[in-house]
Amino acid sequence: MSTLKFHYKVDKTDFTRAGEASSDVKGKLKKMGCDPEVVRKVAIAMYEGEINMVIHADGGVIDVEISPEDITLVLKDKGPGIADIDKAMQEGYSTASENVRSLGFGAGMGLPNMKKYSDEMKIETELGVGTTVTMVIHNT
Amino acid sequence: MTIADIRDHLEATVLCCEENLGREVHTACGSDMMSDVLAFVKDQSVLVTGLCNPQTVRTAEMMDIICICFVRGKEPDETVIKLAEERDIVIMATQKRMFEACGILYENGLRGGASH
Repeated sequence: MSTLKFHYKVDKTDFTRAGEASSDVKGKLKKMGCDPEVVRKVAIAMYEGEINMVIHADGGVIDVEISPEDITLVLKDKGPGIADIDKAMQEGYSTASENVRSLGFGAGMGLPNMKKYSDEMKIETELGVGTTVTMVIHNT
Repeated sequence: MTIADIRDHLEATVLCCEENLGREVHTACGSDMMSDVLAFVKDQSVLVTGLCNPQTVRTAEMMDIICICFVRGKEPDETVIKLAEERDIVIMATQKRMFEACGILYENGLRGGASH
């Protein structure tokens, strides 16, 4: 298997469509015959990231690279940035609005979950500029 | 039990994917917070929830959940049903409330399964 690359644009306005990119990647990995546990890890980590982009950052772009060794997800937004990464990584800490909570999210589990399901995670963020989250999941 | 048994126990109405009613299920989870489902659920095949929007179906899809049961008489709109149909996920709706629905299913042999 050679390396495959996919690019997705995540729309900020349509909450209904949030998760489409993750769904597409999940389908692709399944078709490729990836290990179901790997597929699940990628799907959840990417979906959490996609939801974060919609609720916190007015959307963004996701680049997915699938190689025989790893699946790399790079989620890039031009949102407000994360003021305190340590706090954001704490389970239960959330800056999401009541509106977001009423939609079933904003329990403060997004970033901790992304870390839990990925084998490597890196967050680069600058206030007022945006955030890039890179996650690597080993394709074993 | 099968998905059809869940329908009977909860006196629920099936809204899509009736052809899957014979599928066996052993574990379930109940939550209105999709964040918690994504964080604490593993290998459960049924989601009992009062949250009725497209993200309920998306969350189920990511977690390989094959049946969603909406409680408290919540009726999903066409967008939700269409999404579930495309993903082969059974949707049903019951008038029962969350606690009661979960209790009935537990009493009849469905369990919480593993968390992680």
